[in-house]
Amino acid sequence: MTMDIPSTINETRYGLLSKKYKVVDLINAYLAKIARYDGEINSFITVCEENAYKGAKKADALISELGEKAFQDYPLLGCVVAHKDVFITEGIRTTAASKVLDSYVPCYSATAVKRLDDAGAICIGKLNCDAWAHGSSGENSQFGATKNPWNLEYVPGGSSSGSGAALAADFCLLSTGTDTCGSVRLPSNYCGVVGLKPTYGAISRYGVIAMASSLDTVGPMAKTVEDVEMMFKVLSGPDAKDATIASVKYQSKSSSFKIGIPKEFFGEGLDDEVRNNLDSVIQIYKKLGVDFVDVSLPSTKYAISVYYVIQPAEVSSNLARYDGIRYGNSRDAFGDEAKRRIMLGTYVLSSGYYDAYYLKAMKVRTLIRKEVSVVFEKVDAVIAPVAPTPPFKIGAKANDPLQMYLTDIYAATANLSGIPSIAIPSGFTKNGLPLGFQLMGPRFSESLLFDLGKKYHKEISYKPSVAKL
Amino acid sequence: MRYTPVIGLEVHIELSTKSKMFCGCLADHFAKKPNTQTCPICLGLPGALPFPNKLAIEDTIKLGLAFNCNINRFSKFDRKHYFYPDLPKGYQISQYDLPLCVNGQYVLSSGKKVGISRIHLEEDTGKLIHQIVNGKRVSLIDFNRSGVALVEMVTAPDFHDVSDAVEFLKETQTIVRYLGVSGADMEKGSMRLEANLSLADESIDLSKGELPNYKVELKNINSFRFLEKAVKAEIERQSTLLEAGEAVLQETRGYDETKNTTFSQRSKEDAKDYRYFPEPDIPPLRFTDEEIEKIKSSLPEMPSDKRKRYVEVFGLPMNYATILASDITRAEYFERAVFIGSKHNVGPKTVADLMVNKYLDSEYDDPESLVKKIVELTKKEYASAKEVQEAIEEVIREQEKAVNDYRNGKGAVVGFLIGMTQKKLKGRGDPKMVMNRLISYLNSVVK
Repeated sequence: MTMDIPSTINETRYGLLSKKYKVVDLINAYLAKIARYDGEINSFITVCEENAYKGAKKADALISELGEKAFQDYPLLGCVVAHKDVFITEGIRTTAASKVLDSYVPCYSATAVKRLDDAGAICIGKLNCDAWAHGSSGENSQFGATKNPWNLEYVPGGSSSGSGAALAADFCLLSTGTDTCGSVRLPSNYCGVVGLKPTYGAISRYGVIAMASSLDTVGPMAKTVEDVEMMFKVLSGPDAKDATIASVKYQSKSSSFKIGIPKEFFGEGLDDEVRNNLDSVIQIYKKLGVDFVDVSLPSTKYAISVYYVIQPAEVSSNLARYDGIRYGNSRDAFGDEAKRRIMLGTYVLSSGYYDAYYLKAMKVRTLIRKEVSVVFEKVDAVIAPVAPTPPFKIGAKANDPLQMYLTDIYAATANLSGIPSIAIPSGFTKNGLPLGFQLMGPRFSESLLFDLGKKYHKEISYKPSVAKL
Repeated sequence: MRYTPVIGLEVHIELSTKSKMFCGCLADHFAKKPNTQTCPICLGLPGALPFPNKLAIEDTIKLGLAFNCNINRFSKFDRKHYFYPDLPKGYQISQYDLPLCVNGQYVLSSGKKVGISRIHLEEDTGKLIHQIVNGKRVSLIDFNRSGVALVEMVTAPDFHDVSDAVEFLKETQTIVRYLGVSGADMEKGSMRLEANLSLADESIDLSKGELPNYKVELKNINSFRFLEKAVKAEIERQSTLLEAGEAVLQETRGYDETKNTTFSQRSKEDAKDYRYFPEPDIPPLRFTDEEIEKIKSSLPEMPSDKRKRYVEVFGLPMNYATILASDITRAEYFERAVFIGSKHNVGPKTVADLMVNKYLDSEYDDPESLVKKIVELTKKEYASAKEVQEAIEEVIREQEKAVNDYRNGKGAVVGFLIGMTQKKLKGRGDPKMVMNRLISYLNSVVK
């Protein structure tokens, strides 16, 4: 059966209510598309048909029984979601894309997974990513690299590579990712979808395999800002299992927006197509009456250095639990990148080196945080590129870890300072690869970022596009 | 040469909070079926996060206040890394540079002062069980204990006599029980002892804070008596080495109960690098003065204050006070009995005597019935006035010599005559009545 797969939550709901299709038809369509094309794209590690059909049956019953009311109780009813394979799913294999966990079936579910389930979303599978979320291209997966649906020779961005690729290929309606240093924003950017790196402390991390705990965030990804916003509403809020979550009332403002342009993010090394695209975005915002001012974040030039001290330190600690006693595989099953980070992290935390590396990095992190909060005294948001270049070819940076690390140069600031940032698609390169930008706001300003994103897409009459496969 | 022992103590106390330190699992693991009180958090499963137990934090602060510590208004948890099969995360959540309590002090009964360096909160580990299963030697892991709240107290190396160390440890156990934060039961492992020990020769001026350039840690000690023996054995071992001009190695030693000797477990070269760093999953802890004050005002009277009060206010001998105050339930029973007794002419000494020597409190569940019993025991059926008079007259007839002595001005014989009268009355004479009647009868006789 062929059918047009809906690209938003609203379209899905409309189709279900108007009886154009049932949830089970949607599942059939998604599974057929996955079966046909994912062999090459490799965005899924595990497809869970049984779980999906079980969810579909339940959802169809609810819709036929309650009609429109079903969607009030279950705002994501019938919406098909896939999780990055670092989200713990009860009874469904969870690997973190690492051979260390290749046969691990968890006994519980992450808070984020539960909240989406409880909202009526249906999990169709677990998505490929860089192993342990270590990477920017998806190439570090021990289950093979994911390819960019827009051009199979290119990377989809990482580490939530499958989360971006599966959306671009229409293998699911919604996906989850994690963003420790751009891992939601980069694949969103490279695959032409919307992704949010929320405020640290907005969405529970419970049940998400930790990479660097002080930087990790759980990020919703979808094809429109509205859908990401809807997912955020479902996912955010206090959780008695994550001590870092704050109880906050999210608020926006209605008029007189002011956006900062940090000169440090528009300097050398920025690709012309990315720069020109950003200029056109700024022009559109100006047309909408948004003010732009130049701002400066001088310490952000240290962001990647700081990140590559703090992150490996926490990685070395978080990966210590895979000690070879449990989960069936020993520590030599770790891939090169994980080993590299374990060694780096162990080194910077060792006695005699702690002060010179970890402590110093933490001090610079505080400095960056202060600079960021000073900027947000003057502006509502800051605009920046997500990455210095459009998607690059598979293999182009794979043998040069340092070059790969620099992909995240514009991402690190939001993670180090805990602020939210949303990646928004804004066109294509002349070669047909997605382009986009990111908007960062002060802590807990997600509502404002959603409003700004929606304003832009409304102005350009944005229609989500799907890669031709 | 004369050596002065320099002893520091490390005490681990498992808190008796209902749930574990970072999850909702039941904390009471003693004699429970293995691995029945576990969850993703205390098993350290992928993705699980710690959520700190507020009561455990308060209990630790209580202990710190009881030992006159400063409570850090800004504190945090840290990760302490090492690989061991009973440590499922590969790190223990502990406290490194900002423990909850620092710089406390305890005054020994001799008046000597002991510094408390720090008291911090951490999580306990699982337990390895070495067994033979199907003819094979295997090591099994029980995670019931994993994640139970554990307090560590470290003293300054201020003890120079092992008996002081034992006094301190016993008092610590009493205080912990007073606070109700732990059973501090060594058989159940809810109180564990470690000592570090070195010997200072005359060239080291301890009064100036100088210390020997080494220390030996003594581990695996599970009773006060063994600690005493282990320290004594170790003092002897070290002084023999030093006498012979040899250096004492810095190392960790265990104690062999059967041989009464210590043995090397781990040398300095194997010292671990724990790679501490702040636990990112738990926000730092901040306390206001009001919060600390509130906890302080909830503390019960400390055993040392109780003993002092028993001696000064109740007039008890110190050994009675010590026995009664060693157990807060018994002390409270005693105090209630004293209060009730005061209305029935029963003094604190009587109550104390019957509790310490006759264990009467173990026979009577509540202090009210104890006092009732004491009143019964001490209340006398006095002999009637007629009986008294008859007894006196009999005595005077029989004791001619004494009566003559009295006639000749020896007033002291009255006491003897009273005694004889009471003997006839089998002690049932009202002392006042006996004395008054005896004197007036005596005077009438000698006139």
